[in-house]
Amino acid sequence: MSSSWPLWEVFVRGKRGLNHVHVGSLHAPDAEMALRNARDVYTRRNEGVSIWVVPAAAITASSPDEKDPFFEPSGDKVYRHPTFYEIPEDVPHL
Amino acid sequence: MSFDNAYESLIDHEDTHWAFGTGFSEALAGVDREVPDVDRADLTAYCLMLGDDALVLSHRLAEWCSRAPELEEDVALANIALDLLGQARLLLTRAGEVEGDGRDEDALAYLRDERDFRNVHLAEIECGPFAGGDFATTMARLLVFSSWKIAQYSRLRASADPVLAAVAAKGLKELAYHRDHAAQWVVRLGDGTAESHRRMQAGLERVWPFLDELLTAHAVERRLAGVAVDPGELRSEVDGVLDAVLSAAGLTRPVDVPAARVNGLAGRDGVHTEAMGYLLAEMQHLHRSLPGATW
Repeated sequence: MSSSWPLWEVFVRGKRGLNHVHVGSLHAPDAEMALRNARDVYTRRNEGVSIWVVPAAAITASSPDEKDPFFEPSGDKVYRHPTFYEIPEDVPHL
Repeated sequence: MSFDNAYESLIDHEDTHWAFGTGFSEALAGVDREVPDVDRADLTAYCLMLGDDALVLSHRLAEWCSRAPELEEDVALANIALDLLGQARLLLTRAGEVEGDGRDEDALAYLRDERDFRNVHLAEIECGPFAGGDFATTMARLLVFSSWKIAQYSRLRASADPVLAAVAAKGLKELAYHRDHAAQWVVRLGDGTAESHRRMQAGLERVWPFLDELLTAHAVERRLAGVAVDPGELRSEVDGVLDAVLSAAGLTRPVDVPAARVNGLAGRDGVHTEAMGYLLAEMQHLHRSLPGATW
């Protein structure tokens, strides 16, 4: 039966979170049921205040084969990182 | 924040470092437990009626564990069963407290015999996963049960018993989700394929004879005016909800032919269907074999 239900990716925004975070995936017959299943599977322990579900088929992912040209070039460019600033301790969410 | 070992971080300190899953609260914290000035035997019986409805349906839903058509549905049914079990615990605890004979929730759940259970027949009948039904029948029962309970609990919030009022207020949010879950499936199955429509209609036909008992007042409920809800008042609200769901699902409302009573008695009197003894045997077996067993 699972083979006939599409796969959905689930994103949950936690109580203290600022953005939705990918938490996993599930099968559901349609978007409404995917939301309800996500509520039951991923927010049973008081985790969330908001849920997004996205059809897994709608996600375009980078290919592992392209990992080197995609990500390697940034490895030695330290000047892209703002590591030379001092960040005050009371600035939240940095 | 630093700790000497990984476990230390899990106990006894503020929880602000957790991104998820904090802020749990005790169900009835701060609720007045004063017993209203009514007949104690009646109030005990009424708490048992409400508690047994929740306990017995919880057990029926738990039978789906590992047997649901999908993993996700398995979790959903277990969640609903646990919501109902939570309500049952509060209600049976209250029954024992009002009774005053020192019986706690476990004594009432595990050590009473069939004739002392006060749940409606709808909660106890077999609706799947075993003989007597299937997933569609289970959703038909859940729709009828939760639609009725919502009507009952929304009035019970004004009960003169502060504990019953608090349990009802808490339970309503849970029941709203149960009804929504059932309604989603009734509409999908009723409006799905020819086979799903046939089975959904058959599920409705199976549970419909037990609707009348839900809406018929018992003598205890009549005597407890101000504390108990009169089931007769709920009929039009329940009918309205069920008709709306059936209409959206393209299903036909079954003919109202109430299940037969025994000398006018039914679940509220401790007179149960044949399924009840088997249900209790499974539910109570462990506790009766190993009294006080915990894990």
